[in-house]
Amino acid sequence: MSIRNRFDEQLEVLNSHLIELGTFIEQIISLATMALIELDPTLVEKVIEVDNEIDLKEKEIETLCMKLLLRQQPVASDLRLISSALKMITDMERIGDQSHDIAKISTFLNDKEYVKQITKIPQMAEATIKMVTDSVNAFVMRDLDLALSVIEYDSVVDGLFGEVRRELIHLIKTENDKGELALDLLMISKYFERIGDHAENIAGWVAYAITGEHKDA
Amino acid sequence: MNKISIQNLNLWYNDFQALHNVNLEIEENNITAFIGPSGCGKSTLLKTLNRMNDLIEGCRVEGKILLDNVNVYKDMDVNLLRKRVGMVFQKPNPFPMSIYDNVAFGLRTHGIKKKSELDNIIEKSLRDAAIWDEVKDRLKKSALGLSGGQQQRLCIARALAISPDVLLMDEPTSALDPISTNKIEDLVLELRKNYTIVIVTHNMQQATRISDHTAFFLLGEVVEYSRTTALFSIPQDKRTEDYITGRFG
Repeated sequence: MSIRNRFDEQLEVLNSHLIELGTFIEQIISLATMALIELDPTLVEKVIEVDNEIDLKEKEIETLCMKLLLRQQPVASDLRLISSALKMITDMERIGDQSHDIAKISTFLNDKEYVKQITKIPQMAEATIKMVTDSVNAFVMRDLDLALSVIEYDSVVDGLFGEVRRELIHLIKTENDKGELALDLLMISKYFERIGDHAENIAGWVAYAITGEHKDA
Repeated sequence: MNKISIQNLNLWYNDFQALHNVNLEIEENNITAFIGPSGCGKSTLLKTLNRMNDLIEGCRVEGKILLDNVNVYKDMDVNLLRKRVGMVFQKPNPFPMSIYDNVAFGLRTHGIKKKSELDNIIEKSLRDAAIWDEVKDRLKKSALGLSGGQQQRLCIARALAISPDVLLMDEPTSALDPISTNKIEDLVLELRKNYTIVIVTHNMQQATRISDHTAFFLLGEVVEYSRTTALFSIPQDKRTEDYITGRFG
């Protein structure tokens, strides 16, 4: 097998690691959302487990990328691919941390009924999951249009954040004793909004890997 | 500022056309790297810059090469050209004489005979080639007793002695170990301040490490010529991408 073929094979391994990490990310966002809606402490435990898996996977991918940089001294699209992967996993790991934070805050919440009413938060979760999935797919398929659509899609998450915020302002105004709950939920929705930004960054790196140009976020 | 301007250059070895309509501007005090697979014409082009191809039978050149706006094929004496455009080859080729005489050779050819003047220029050249400290106590010993890396730096000193403007280097480190290669690369970067350097290299990492501009050659044509960082990060031509990433060649 030629050196180039071996290199291509290792790039395939990098792809599959990123797909696995992407799957963990989708999982952790879903789990954190469920932990929030169900206010179920066992789900929080699961979030912590998946977050640990994400950290391990990030290290594994980082090691692989360093090995490829060292051994292959890649240039051009190969260099962009590997350096983008290194940047992407940092954003992915941050999504894991923020999902973990969401799950932790959910343990302080005690008003299950009200939390259920804020339907925009699960919508934010859904939107960010879609963004992460599409970013990883765009990376693996080298699909620039898909990456660019993810960057566009962040405005959906930002819009939802604005709506949640307005609902929470209304809550504080109308129910004096719900101030603490409103703040916790605001933080949670802010974490989702940040997750959207990380997903947008990931898509930005995918676009860079393909074109060599940075898209302004 | 452009030191060398290559315009519509075509070159034939008898019936075989080795260079096709090459146009390149080589900047002063820059390091320009020529890369490409074997037989792509990069060494041929390098040799045309000081008319080394004149020595090859059946070689015919059309087009212009301007050195400081003077056409080297029409309006310049070839001896003057070779004084201004020095060359270092792939394999160190010291003459079978002393270290001192190796460096003095070109100077004597150009009429410098006075010992004190020779001594000064030889010391300066050996210092500039970063080999003075290693040879200053054995100047009268044979150059053939030096290591490969030292011999190559001696050859660079020999080229520098006659104060050229341009230094052509044809794979100057391909026969050297990594330590000697490092020394030559450091030296080339240092020389860049005072000389315009054109280097043919098969070592892509070397091109990225030391050159300012890179030209990629294929089948006698310049496929792409741009700043080295751009060429190695965002090549514009698919053939460049395929070559530098090892997909062919």
